[in-house]
Order: sequence, then structure tokens, then C-alpha cells
Amino acid sequence: MPFTEIEIQKIREDFPVLLEKVNGKPLVYFDNAATTQKPKQVVAAIESYYYSSNANIHRGIHHLAEKATASFEATRKALKEFINAAHEEEIIFTRGVTEGINLVANSFGKAFIHKGDEIIISTMEHHSNIVPWQMLCEEKGAILKVIPITDAGEIIFEEYLKLLSPNTKLVAVVHASNALGTINPVAEIIQHAHAVGAKVLIDGAQSASHLEIDVQAMDCDFFAISAHKLYGPTGVGILYGKKALLEAMPPYQGGGEMIKEVTFEKTTYNELPYKFEAGTPNIADVIAFKAAIDYINKLGKKAIAAYEHELLTYATAQLLTIEGLKIIGTAQHKVSVASFVIEGIHHQDLAIILDQQGIAIRTGHHCTQPLMHRLGILGTSRASFSFYNTKAEIDALMVALNKAVKMLR
Amino acid sequence: MSIEEIQEQIIDEMDLFEDWTDKYEYIIELGKSLKTIAEDKKIDSNKIKGCQSNVWLDANFTDGKVAFTADSDALIVKGLVSLVLKVFSNQTPQDIINANLDFIEKTGLSQHLAQTRSNGLLSMVKQIKFYAMAYSVQGTKS
Repeated sequence: MPFTEIEIQKIREDFPVLLEKVNGKPLVYFDNAATTQKPKQVVAAIESYYYSSNANIHRGIHHLAEKATASFEATRKALKEFINAAHEEEIIFTRGVTEGINLVANSFGKAFIHKGDEIIISTMEHHSNIVPWQMLCEEKGAILKVIPITDAGEIIFEEYLKLLSPNTKLVAVVHASNALGTINPVAEIIQHAHAVGAKVLIDGAQSASHLEIDVQAMDCDFFAISAHKLYGPTGVGILYGKKALLEAMPPYQGGGEMIKEVTFEKTTYNELPYKFEAGTPNIADVIAFKAAIDYINKLGKKAIAAYEHELLTYATAQLLTIEGLKIIGTAQHKVSVASFVIEGIHHQDLAIILDQQGIAIRTGHHCTQPLMHRLGILGTSRASFSFYNTKAEIDALMVALNKAVKMLR
Repeated sequence: MSIEEIQEQIIDEMDLFEDWTDKYEYIIELGKSLKTIAEDKKIDSNKIKGCQSNVWLDANFTDGKVAFTADSDALIVKGLVSLVLKVFSNQTPQDIINANLDFIEKTGLSQHLAQTRSNGLLSMVKQIKFYAMAYSVQGTKS
């Protein structure tokens, strides 16, 4: 069941930044797809770590080291459950989705991608799920293929099937599009990829905060998440990988933690997940990541999704009352992202005038330039909603937007 | 008028606006009325790419002075471009090179236009100075 107004007010109290004033107006934060705000619980976890258990992990024998290690590993366990992975060691800590993808491109790519192999991505990928593959293809002489989309912003499935062949070694697609909101049919995409023997990486940057994630049911080979889009700290994320696959892959970076034994002649590598976690990790933020996961679990993904869907439906209907406004991304299944263009008005102008009125939206190409090119636009204005947003805030957006349109036309 | 005097004038004008709406409406008006660059000069080599919007800039050197024309695809940027041109256009290369551009700061426009947005504008000012340097070399030769 979606949240009641009272519940939302209680939730908002956990996010002090929502009380900020911007240019003398109450902040309305609709840039959640870029990053979400952090609840007190997450900040408290960072503080508590530094004040009462700061120590390097996995090595020290002393009390603090054990305490820090236990908290660090507790996050791994929480994330294993959050995405329903089969094993804890399938959870690799990274700096975020970008690093997760680069890890796969460098490690899996190094071992399993060869000249003439094919990698498939979609038109709606974020640059971070395009560029690492381009770099890999260039290095290996592999070929990058792109699944076309409809004008509504949905993958054309028959075209995807046509691209699949025995040469396909990897399919890397986004679960939910940051620019359009489209939720891709990942389970079907994966099933067909597996049928030709290809592995599949899912970019979960935008989906993990909105949808229930079950990597076993989905059957993906890799799934990447960023904590900061999940109400957690910046600079932390995870890469999920199937155990057998991760074991077959060479290390990504060399250094401390990832080794078993080092001599100048030969180094043997540590077991999973440490093989992929070279160097002292971002301990404080990994520990605080668990506080974010706990927070989401307490609210429940079903309730979150239902409430955010309500906001999206309300916002979409309101936005369409503006003359000349066109929603970009009208897929049947969407996360709470409302991307739009207004005839005759540049998105940058719109963002400046909205900012003057305390409203934070994102404008531009959203790091999806090939997608913008496909849609024949330079960029969009994007309002993205979280469970702490309200219909009253959408009303405030509409007042501000109408004023902006009047000024700019 | 000297570059200094023009900047003073802009700062005084901007001070008259009591609320942001009036200020931005004025800038938008400037943007709408900017005499834009000739279509054949709106080419890639004259384009200054910003993250959000683009600026096109062209320069002409006659009678020891540099005249600039410019355009942008975003209206508020275009208004700000118009102010920058007002300051720099029809000045000598030496004066342009020596000028300290402080009106953006002093009018509070930099506060309203965070770094990411004004980047295109800052690149434009850099480009204006490059033109002035090139013409100053040309001026000494002729």
C-alpha cells in the first residue's frame, strides 16, 4: 500500500536537507535520478564508524579491527539479501556502477572477449555502459552492436533477437533508463542471450531504488548498483557476479587484500570476493550503505514503488496541461522519471528559472548523448521522484514551470 | 566608452532590479533582441560547446578595433552573451587583453549561474581574449 500523508511527513523528517531554502523558497528536490538525499540514519552510521570503530578491516587482530570488519561484512550480507544473491562472496564492493562495469570490461573482457566477438548494448545506455565496451572492443577487435528503440523509448525486441548470434559474448543493458524511465524486460533479454551462450550485465543504477531486485530469478550474470542512488553514500557500490563466473575471471586491480601470497616470482590471488577488492576500501561508506538498505527495507519496495508510481502518474498528467510540452519516454513500464521538452524553450533556460524558485530538476543530455541523437533532441528537462516527494511539491513545480514558460516565451 | 565604464554601467543597471524575476526578464529581453551572428558564421569552428547549451562567436578586426557577433541556443545565455559583447565589442585588442571582467561577479549573476552553467560563457570570454591576442599581433605587423 502507498504511504499516507502522515507517513510521508515522518519520512521527510529523516531527511534534513528537505528543509533547506533555495533562493528564499523551500527546496523541491526532483533530481533523485542523479542522486538521492541521505536519511539521518546513514549519516549517523558514518559518524558512529569514525567515532567508535575506525580501523582497517580483514587484517587486524585487535578489537576495533574486528568490529569494523564485522560491520563491513554485515553490509555485504544485507546486499546479498537485498538482491537475493545466492552467496555473499558474489557481492563485490566497488566505487559505484561505473567501476562495476569497468571491472567487468577489464576482467571478464580480458579473459573472454576475443577478436570478432560481439557485445550488445541498447540505444538508451548511459555513457558509462557504452564507453567501457567501446574501449574493450577497440583493444580486442570485438564488435559493438546496438539494439534500436521505438519513439516511445522501448527496446525493439525483434531487433534484439536479430542481433543475437553465436558470436555474441556479452549483452549489457540498463534495467531502468535514467533519461526516460523505461523499465526494460531484462528477464527476457537475459533468457535469449543465454540461449546463444552470451553473458549478461544489467546496469541497476536506476532500478535498485524503485524495483524489487532478484538476481537469481532474473538470472543475470552481473548486476551493478550505486549506493548514492539508493539513499546511501557516494563513492560506494556493488557489482554482483555469479560465483563460478567471478572465479573464472582474472583480478581487476592488484594490491593489498586481493592476494593470498606474494613473492617476487609469483603472486597467488585471494578467494572471492577479496580477489576483486584490492586496497583498503571505503569502509565508512560501505558500513553506512547498510543503513540505507535497512531504511529502504523498512519502508518496503512494494510501498515505495506504488507511491512513486502515484507521483509519476500525477506529475505526468499535470505536465501535459502545459501547452507545447511533450513527455520524452512514454514506455508502458516506467520508474518515476518524467522527462520532457517544451516547444520553443531551451532546457537550460527552464532549469535556471526553476532554480530561482527553489526547484531542482536535471536538464541536458543526461549522459545519454546517443539516445538524445536517436530521439532527435539536444536534451530534456527531467523531474525524478522519490518516496519523500509529495503531490504538493509537484504542484509547486507546476506553478514554477508555468511562470518559467510565461517568462521564456 | 571604455570597458571599465561599460561594466560600471551594467552593474548600475542590474542594481535597479529588486527581484530576480525582473532581472531575468531583462536578461531574457536582451537575449531576444541580440543581433545574432550571420548564418554563414554559425559554423562548428565558431562554436563553443557547453554542457547544456552552445555559443557561437565570430570576430571582425577593422580600424584597430575588434567587433564581435555571437549567438546561443539558450535564451538566458544569449542575454548574458549580449552583455559580454556590449563590454568587449568595438574595443582595441590591447584593451580587451587587459580587461578584467568583473561585472558577472558584481551583478550577482555568477551566483545565479553556477559554474556548470556559466562554463560556456567563461569559455567565450577566453575565446574573445584569444581573438584579441591574435589581432594585436596582426596589428603590430601591419
